[in-house]
Amino acid sequence: MNALVNIFKQSLGLSSIAVNGGVHPPEHKQESTSKPIGYLPLPKRLVLPLRQHVGNLPKVLVAVGDKVLKGQLLAEAEGNISAAIHAPTSGTIAAIEDALIPHPSGLPDRCITIDVDGKDEWVEHAPYDWRKEDKTKLLESLRNSGIVGLGGAAFPTQVKLRTNAKSHVDTLVINAAECEPYITCDDMLMRERADEILKGVEVAQHLLGAKQCLIGIEDNKPEAAEALRLACANSPLAKLVSLKVMVVPTQYPSGDARQLIRLLTGIEVPADKRSTDVGLQCFNVATVLALHRYFDFGEPALSRIVTITGNVKTPANFEVLFGTPVTDLVKAGGGALDNTDDYIMGGPMMGFSLPSVDVPITKAANCVIASAPNLFAPAPPAMPCIRCARCADVCPVSLQPQELYWFSKSSNLEKARDYNLFDCIECGCCTYACPSNIPLVQYYRFAKSEIIAQDRAKEAADLARERNEFRLMRIEREKQERAEKHAQKAAGAKADAAKTEAKPSTEASADAATAAKKAAIAAAIERAKALKAAATPQNVVDAKPSVQAEIAEIDARRETAKQAASEGILSEQAGDNTVSTRDEI
Amino acid sequence: MSRSPYLSSAPSVSVIMVKVMLALVPAIAAYVWVFGAGILVMLALASVTALASEALILKLRKRPIKPFLMDGSALLTAWLLALSLPPLAPWWLVVVGTFFAIVIAKQLYGGLGYNPFNPAMVGYAVLLISFPVIMTHWPAPLELAQAKFSFANQLEYVFGTTNGLSLDAVSMATPLDYLKTQLTLHHSVQEITTAPQFGLLGAKGGELVVGAYLLGGLYLLQQRLITWHLPTAFLSVLALMAGAFYLVDATHFAHPLFHLFTGASMLGAFFIITDPVSGPTTPKGKLVFSAGIAVLTYLIRVYGGYPDGVAFSVLLMNMCVPLIDAWTQPRVFGHKK
Repeated sequence: MNALVNIFKQSLGLSSIAVNGGVHPPEHKQESTSKPIGYLPLPKRLVLPLRQHVGNLPKVLVAVGDKVLKGQLLAEAEGNISAAIHAPTSGTIAAIEDALIPHPSGLPDRCITIDVDGKDEWVEHAPYDWRKEDKTKLLESLRNSGIVGLGGAAFPTQVKLRTNAKSHVDTLVINAAECEPYITCDDMLMRERADEILKGVEVAQHLLGAKQCLIGIEDNKPEAAEALRLACANSPLAKLVSLKVMVVPTQYPSGDARQLIRLLTGIEVPADKRSTDVGLQCFNVATVLALHRYFDFGEPALSRIVTITGNVKTPANFEVLFGTPVTDLVKAGGGALDNTDDYIMGGPMMGFSLPSVDVPITKAANCVIASAPNLFAPAPPAMPCIRCARCADVCPVSLQPQELYWFSKSSNLEKARDYNLFDCIECGCCTYACPSNIPLVQYYRFAKSEIIAQDRAKEAADLARERNEFRLMRIEREKQERAEKHAQKAAGAKADAAKTEAKPSTEASADAATAAKKAAIAAAIERAKALKAAATPQNVVDAKPSVQAEIAEIDARRETAKQAASEGILSEQAGDNTVSTRDEI
Repeated sequence: MSRSPYLSSAPSVSVIMVKVMLALVPAIAAYVWVFGAGILVMLALASVTALASEALILKLRKRPIKPFLMDGSALLTAWLLALSLPPLAPWWLVVVGTFFAIVIAKQLYGGLGYNPFNPAMVGYAVLLISFPVIMTHWPAPLELAQAKFSFANQLEYVFGTTNGLSLDAVSMATPLDYLKTQLTLHHSVQEITTAPQFGLLGAKGGELVVGAYLLGGLYLLQQRLITWHLPTAFLSVLALMAGAFYLVDATHFAHPLFHLFTGASMLGAFFIITDPVSGPTTPKGKLVFSAGIAVLTYLIRVYGGYPDGVAFSVLLMNMCVPLIDAWTQPRVFGHKK
C-alpha cells in the first residue's frame, strides 16, 4: 500500500515520503567542501588492523621482514564473511602485533605494520573482463578484493553481491544520502568522480542482475546531485535499465539503508528479513566506486576519502591510504586548533572518541572531527525523564525510547526485548531530542550487550546441562553393559560346568542369558532405589516418633491420592466410552 | 564506551517549564482584570509553599536541592493549583493544597518524573473533598459584586482579618454550579442562562480568562511544547458529547460552547491534561486519554455531585495510563501490526 502511495506521489512530481521522525541537526558540511579532494604525502609507517570489517579475521600470508608491493595480498579472507587486507604501498613488514585501533572499546587488536619504502611500487595487476567472465568466478575473485561497505558499516561487499534463487535482486539502491552532519567525503566524491561511481553502478547492476537502479541523495547536496544526473545521462547503463537520481528531504537518519529504501521505493524491509528477501540491495557510492576500480583496473581496496573537519584550521577531504595515522590527516587539515580536546571518528551523531590520535585510518573511517568544548559542549547532568515523548516523536523506527530507557535502567531486560530494543539502530535521535539530557543510546547499548551476554550464558548452560545428562546416561548404560557381560560370563561358566556334567543345552544357556539380563536390571533398579532413599531429606531422620508417624500418614495419603487420580483417569476414559456408546445408540 | 551523539538540541526541562508559565501570563492578567489582584497573592503564597516544601523534602531525601528547585516543575504545579482555587480562599487553604500536591502527590512518589497522578489536581481534589464549602465560594466578577471591594478587602479575606463584609456579599455561584442547582428546581436552561453571571458563551468575565487560556495554549502548540492530540481530542469529544445531549433536549442540557468556555475546560485542555509525567506517551494513547477525560468531565458535570469534573476525570484517567500506553504501542518499523 505504501509503495502504491509513493508511486502515485512520484508520478505527480511530489517529493517522496520523509523519514518517520528523525531530526535536523546543524549540517556543518560547507566548511569541508570548499576545497577539492587532496592527497597526503606517503607516511613513513602504515598500521593495518586485520579487523577493518564485520566478520572473521583474515589469515595473514606474510611474515615480519617480507618485502611487499603496493596492492599485494597481506591477509586473505577466511570463511564466509571476511575481507582481505592488502599493502596500500610498497615496503617491508615491520611487525605483526597488537596495536591500538580506532574502536569505541579503545582496546588493541592484531595489526600488520609496514615500513614504507617510498617507491610506491605496484604488484602485477590486471583488469577483469567482467561483462564476459562467469559471475561466480568474479564473485570468488572479489573475496580477495578487500572491498567492504565504505559508508561506515564495513560489511564485506562480496557477501552482499551473492545472489541465489531465494534472494533475487530487482532494485539496486545506491546510498548517496550522507545524512550525518560534518561528513562530506561522499559529497566530494560525487562532485569529482560521478562518472566513476556510475561505472561502479554498472558493475553492481551486472553482478546482481538488477532491473532498476535508484540513487538516493539528500537535497542539501545539489552539486553532487547534478553531477550524478549528468553522469547518469552519459552512462550506457541508462539504456539498459531504469536509472534514476532521487532527491530526498534532508532529515537525519535518511542514510540508514532501510530508511533510504523506504524513502526511494516505499518498501519497508521487514525487521526479521534482509533487503534481498524483498528484492533490494543497497550500496554506498564509495563502495561501488571501489568495485569499478577493482574490476576495471584490478586495484584492490587501498585507500578511501576521509573528511577532516571540526576544530582544525582548514577542513577538507583527502584520499587517505588505509593504515595512515590520524595525526597525518589532522596535519593535512592545517592542524588542530589549540583548544582541541578530543578526536571523533565518524559523525557527531554516531561516531566515537578515538583512544589516541595515532590510530590508523581504516576502511570504515569516513570522517575525523577535531572536537572542542565550544563545538560539542559536554552534556549537562541528566535530569529525571519527564515522559515528554520527544524521543518517541523523533525515533525513525517508531520505538518508545522512554519505555526502553525505563526497562534498561531497571535491568528489566525481558521487557526491553519485548519493546523491540533490538530494532534500535542507535542513530542517537532520542538523545539529541531529550530535554533531560539522558544518554539514552548508551542505556540501549548496555541493555543490548547484557541481553546478548545473558543469551550466550544461557546457551552455554543449556549445552553443559545436556552434556551432563548425556554423560550420566552413558555411565548408567556402561554399568548395565558391564553387569550384563559379567552375568553372561557367569552363565557361560555355569554352562561350561554343566557341559562337562551333562548334555549341553542351548535352551538353558539362552534362559541363563535372559536371567542375567533380568538380574542386571533388578540390580540397576535396586541401585536407583538406594540412591533415592539416600536423597530423602535428612532433617526428618531424627524427628520424634509422632512426627515420623505423621509423615508416614501423609505419604500414604499421597500414595492413595495418586492411585485415585490414575483410577480417575481410567474411569474418565471409561466414561468417555459410555458416552460414545450412548451417542451411537 | 562511545558517548555519541555529541550534539543536543533540546531545550532543558526548566526552559520548558518556564515557557509553560509564560503561557499562563495572559490568563493571570485577565484574572486580575476581572476578579481583582487577589489572585496574585494566591500565586505568591502557592509559589513560596511549593518551593519551601520541595526544598524540605529534597533535603530529607538527601537529593541535590538546587537543580530540582531550578527545574521549575514545583513552581508550575503551584501556579496551576492557585489558578484552580477560588481567589478569596483563606491563606491556609492554598498552603495545605500546595503542600499536599508537592509532598504527597509528587515527592513521596519519587519526585520529578515519577508521580503517577497530576500533583496540582491531587491538591485540588483533596481541598474540594475536605473543604467543599470554601471551595465553592467563588467571588463574583468585580462588575457584578453587590459590594464594591478593593485589593485591601481581598487581602482581608485571604488572611482572615475581615470584619465588615460577609463573603456572601462578594461571592456568587459559578455558572456551572448555578445551572446545576437551578435545573433541579425544574427551570429550563434558557431561563437559567438569563441570570447575570452568564456571559456570551460561558461565565460573565470568566470567559475572558478562558479565552486567555486558549491563547496561551496556542502558544504552547506553536512552541511544540505540547502536541495537538490532547487538547484537540479533549475539546472535540467534550463538544460532541455536549452537542449530542443538547440536540436531544435543549431545555435540560446546555449548549456545547457553554461547556467549552466554562469551568476548567480550557485550563484543563492546554495546561492540566498535558502534564507529560502523569499522562500517556503514545499518540493514540493521548487521544484515548483525553477523550476519556472529556467523557468523564461531562458526566460529572451533568450527573455528578460536583459542578465541574475536570480534576476527578484527570485523576481517574491517570490511573489508566499504564494500560493505555501498553495497548497503544505504535507499529515498529519493519514490523507487522
